[in-house]
Amino acid sequence: MITIDHISKWYGKFQVLADCSTGIERGEVVVVCGPSGSGKSTLIKCVNGLEPVQEGAIRVNDVAVTDAGTNMARLRSQIGMVFQHFELYPHMSVLNNICLAQEKVLNRSREEARAKARSLLQRIDLSDQADKYPGQLSGGQQQRVAIARALAMDPIAMLFDEPTSALDPEMINEVLDVMVELATEGMTMMVVTHEMGFARKVADRVIFMDEGRIVEDAPTEEFFNTPRSDRAQAFLAKILQH
Amino acid sequence: MVALAAWVIAFAVGSVVGVARTVPNRLVRTLATTYVELFRNIPLLVQMFLWYFVLPELMPVEVGRWMKRDMPNPEFSSAVLCLGFYTASRVAEQVRAGIESLSIGLSHAGYASGLTTSQVYRYVLLPISYRLIVPPMTSEFLTIFKNSSLALTIGLLELTAQSQQISEYTFNSFEAYTAATVIYVVIALSTTVLMHLLESRLRIPGFISKDER
Repeated sequence: MITIDHISKWYGKFQVLADCSTGIERGEVVVVCGPSGSGKSTLIKCVNGLEPVQEGAIRVNDVAVTDAGTNMARLRSQIGMVFQHFELYPHMSVLNNICLAQEKVLNRSREEARAKARSLLQRIDLSDQADKYPGQLSGGQQQRVAIARALAMDPIAMLFDEPTSALDPEMINEVLDVMVELATEGMTMMVVTHEMGFARKVADRVIFMDEGRIVEDAPTEEFFNTPRSDRAQAFLAKILQH
Repeated sequence: MVALAAWVIAFAVGSVVGVARTVPNRLVRTLATTYVELFRNIPLLVQMFLWYFVLPELMPVEVGRWMKRDMPNPEFSSAVLCLGFYTASRVAEQVRAGIESLSIGLSHAGYASGLTTSQVYRYVLLPISYRLIVPPMTSEFLTIFKNSSLALTIGLLELTAQSQQISEYTFNSFEAYTAATVIYVVIALSTTVLMHLLESRLRIPGFISKDER
């Protein structure tokens, strides 16, 4: 469903992505990990065109993200994205956060959008918070709302950019639970994360990146049990120590 | 009157130019920057004279003649245009600062959900930015209101000019200028109070801008 074909990207002279290629099938859950600065967040932002690439091509559902003529707004509306710092609209209630794009992009009626939002809020167990503002919620609650906001668009795939990195430890699980549920329902997911427990549990494949390159791209079991590259071994040794 | 009419121009033009300074398109950004630098770097008094004395000369002959002879109340229109376009450059900078203080992630979130650039501005960036810049905008409004006294130099009988006339006719300078001062202060203070009310009305629950960076 998502194909990433030999993409390279530079910030000025600094190369952030070097010749990365991979693909994600429908219903597949792929975890992208690697040390900070390895380009994993940049890679995931290239998939929906938030970051442009200088070389190579990305196709989502056979639409070329990297073509100038592509209707990016339409393409993006089909791909949900969840950010490290939630990025909820602070001036709107939780309910309106979930309704905005439904109404403005998908042209759903106000009632339709609200009904959708309420059913999603129920699903993430936040029905009683619908009229609060993001600033009045905890980090974990905000991130769950952000997931609901993305799901409200009925996306064909979901991108997660370090969804739990900004959370206090006791809130990580409530967000991961929602993600695990999504994964088991068959959602196509690309997840940048350091949560190796999550990767083991639901990921079909793990991509390991270092210095802008995809160093390892292997089925989950294989990645954890017999990582081929030294870099991945060293990385795993470091984060699995505790 | 002059200040209010000029403020309408300043706010409208300033908002457009301020937004233009932040859009991805380089040409639009350059044009907007040129506007700001041009209007804020020429002394206001000089601009006042340019609008009133020089502009009619630069127009095609017919238009120029009409502006000099038949245009109703030329001092008023010149003063309003001058103050409006000058203050617009200052408002534009406030609007730009407001937009740029928001994290890039917020616009990413908008774009990622399929909103177009104008929708991201309209529904996400501007509503937050305008709330953030209410305090500096209050200053701008007070400034435009006090700057309107410069219009007396091109012969507009605004508050200061009228006090001047009263004091010349009656020799009661003390009373005339005291009255003017009191009127300025009353208008300025009530503006401040109103803007303060506006600020608290628009406050976003749980949103402290400093924590959002």
